[in-house]
Amino acid sequence: MTVAQLIFYLIAALAVGGALGVVLVRNTVYAALFLILALLAVAGVYILLASEFLALVQILIYAGAITVLLLFALMLTRAGDLPETMVGAQWPFAGVASLTLMGLLIATVATSDWPGDADGTITRIPFEQVGEALFRQWAVPFEIASVVLLIALIGAIVLARDDDPEAEESE
Amino acid sequence: MEAVSQQIPLEHFLVLSAILFSIGVYGVLTRRNAVLILMSVELMLNAASINMVAFAAYTSPEAFTGIIFAIFIITIAAAEVGLGLAIILRIFRNRGTANVDEVDTLKW
Repeated sequence: MTVAQLIFYLIAALAVGGALGVVLVRNTVYAALFLILALLAVAGVYILLASEFLALVQILIYAGAITVLLLFALMLTRAGDLPETMVGAQWPFAGVASLTLMGLLIATVATSDWPGDADGTITRIPFEQVGEALFRQWAVPFEIASVVLLIALIGAIVLARDDDPEAEESE
Repeated sequence: MEAVSQQIPLEHFLVLSAILFSIGVYGVLTRRNAVLILMSVELMLNAASINMVAFAAYTSPEAFTGIIFAIFIITIAAAEVGLGLAIILRIFRNRGTANVDEVDTLKW
């Protein structure tokens, strides 16, 4: 087994372990920390796929901003204090469903003829080209994504603000 | 475009993506806290992202649609998490709970 494969198995084990921690642990904050581990491992997978800039973006936005946001929400909804059922009563069926899905997907992957099979070469894509393409061919989805972010920002502010001072202010 | 590695077959990344996606599905179906369900959705999005980037790196590096897709997945996931958490906060403020089993006034 080469070094690259060894590193891949290590990072894959971290990712799967983090994911299992997210869905299985009883403590909600521990689940959020396991999510950080899983997202960092996915960033490692991006580095293995020779897209280092995407790995940095993943670390900054996913493991950085989104998990902090999730931890804030856990804190504001008293997830640690309130007693609640952590696991629903349907967990055997959920386990069967997810195992079936995983079996189906892995069977599809194993029996299909992927075009990259012959040499298994990863090609590094220079990120200057990706940046140029984002502003040329993909300019319309880029602008739409910025509009989506604006709408999400406005929507989050409108949804999460306090109502009581508004009742006094509105005339 | 330079070739980087010839040692990890493409299927390894696809199987990893499938495993992460299935674990995310289990999390969405099982967890009762709304924020934990959002976390499982993030797992599924990341699994799909790995798939996209793996295909872009292995099979179509000239038209790197997979990497562009992964960037947009990260963007939309950030927007979705922000909005979803605002909704959960509002529900918590109104009902006092973030447990999805107890928010069932629309049930028959």
